[in-house]
Amino acid sequence: MLNLNAFVVGLLFGLGLIISGMTDPAKVIGFLDLAGAWDPSLAFVMAGAILIGAIGFTIAKKRQFSLLGAPMRLSSATKLDTRLLLGSLVFGIGWGLSGFCPGPAVVSAAAGQPKAWLFVVSMLSGMALYTVLNRREK
Amino acid sequence: MNLSDFTNGAYIAGLFGGLLIGIAAAMFVLLNGRIAGISGILGGLLQAAQGDKIWRIMFLLGMMASPYLYQIAFDLPAVTIEADSAQLIIAGVLVGLGTSYASGCTSGHGVCGISRGSIRSIAATLTFMMAGIITVYLTRHLTGL
Repeated sequence: MLNLNAFVVGLLFGLGLIISGMTDPAKVIGFLDLAGAWDPSLAFVMAGAILIGAIGFTIAKKRQFSLLGAPMRLSSATKLDTRLLLGSLVFGIGWGLSGFCPGPAVVSAAAGQPKAWLFVVSMLSGMALYTVLNRREK
Repeated sequence: MNLSDFTNGAYIAGLFGGLLIGIAAAMFVLLNGRIAGISGILGGLLQAAQGDKIWRIMFLLGMMASPYLYQIAFDLPAVTIEADSAQLIIAGVLVGLGTSYASGCTSGHGVCGISRGSIRSIAATLTFMMAGIITVYLTRHLTGL
């Protein structure tokens, strides 16, 4: 059941990204381009997602187990550390440079965009590089 | 923004797509007890234990099936990727590294984290939005890359 639901959620999430326009990097860059012809429509995506998400997470936070009996895995970290802030900074630079963040890139790659594949493979290399660097740190 | 902007559909489509993303995120935490964060799900494939991989693969397969389901009823929206190959490779590595260090991206921090009121996620989202805005400003308006 958990795996089936993961598939359904992935499917709905992907449809949401396509319908909202998030899978078009030019549109994402238009949203980040405050000094140009700013396209605010992606702010509506965040608003819609957080509206429903907040209801779900408010219920989830009160539970120890999910409705299917899986343990509730919510991070309890509250510290704002360098890893979080520098990591987000580096992510934002890559996002602004390409117009891709992970979800839309996966959907566009699946739809057969060769440039999205190039991005996804590079992103996976970045994640693998992290694994190596992180192991060395410890 | 005026009334005609609302009738041209981009805002309605954005809101509707966002609601779907919210439903997906809510379903995932309520049924699976997990955060629908794409970078975390992908990153976990590279390092998680064997038993922790199948749900990740299923989530990604669902995501990868979405354009094909959409295509049954509608034409996929046009996609314009202005970045060249070198920019895509650099951007990809930065996104992979950055989201790993930050433990999340637009979905994990921007949608799920803000939805649960996490201070870390709010800080992360403000940081990557600012970095994205500054990067677009520098590449578009100052250097014209």
